[in-house]
Amino acid sequence: MGPAFYIAAAVAVISTLMVITRYNIMHALLYLIVSLLSIAVVFYLYGAPFMAALEVIIYAGAIMVLIIFFVMMLNLGPQTAGEERMWLQPRIWIGPSILCAALLLELGYLILQPAHATGDIHVVDPKTVGKTLFGPYILAVELAGMLLMAGIVGAYHLGRQKKKITHRFLERTSS
Amino acid sequence: MITSTTAGLTLAGILFTLGLISILIRRNIIFMLVSVEIMLNAAGLAFVVAASRWGQPEGQVMFMFILAMAAAEVSVGLALILQLYHQLKTLDSDEASRMRG
Repeated sequence: MGPAFYIAAAVAVISTLMVITRYNIMHALLYLIVSLLSIAVVFYLYGAPFMAALEVIIYAGAIMVLIIFFVMMLNLGPQTAGEERMWLQPRIWIGPSILCAALLLELGYLILQPAHATGDIHVVDPKTVGKTLFGPYILAVELAGMLLMAGIVGAYHLGRQKKKITHRFLERTSS
Repeated sequence: MITSTTAGLTLAGILFTLGLISILIRRNIIFMLVSVEIMLNAAGLAFVVAASRWGQPEGQVMFMFILAMAAAEVSVGLALILQLYHQLKTLDSDEASRMRG
């Protein structure tokens, strides 16, 4: 494997180590996004460019935004503004920025380089993946659709706020 | 000089172990969910490395299924955490060890 893989792997391991040692959840999520981006670069190096795009779009885009939005939603209160100011200090995002800059340099180098598979890596193009996905695995695709449907219904049911309909008198006696 | 398959599988193993350590030492329940995400991602990396080793598309198909499952899991997990937070007013997972019917 070339040095590109080792740089991306080192960024992935360092950022994952930073994820599991942070105390603040927002700092951990920043480093987790860097870790997902570096794993996307590793996917690209292993001849799976479509999977790299999906990793960036779904993991680093959708799922991380969902978790960050959820964390922001939980912290309601007067101390939120102060925490926000503390979270956005420059020295906090210097670490993720350095790791991201390393990944960006590496990506630019890989794009400028002529594409060729090195060593024993076989490039599997997205067309083959799509043909397999909607050919022999069509039943699994439908099962995944049902799983996502169950996820939507379950999240709606669990996240719904229960409306309190007890009388004020009953509330005072019960508390 | 190690082969590319060995290198990729070693990276997947390291990331999976880091996620496992994190889920064992953390008590904040959102951190535990994030650790599950790290472990799922490491498993997907192993699938993609295997797909590139054999030149077959099945590994990438499995990665797409892992992606769909992770999306469904994280939405239901966050809704459960929201319910737990409204009930217990904390994110400590030890507080939820006793069930009150």
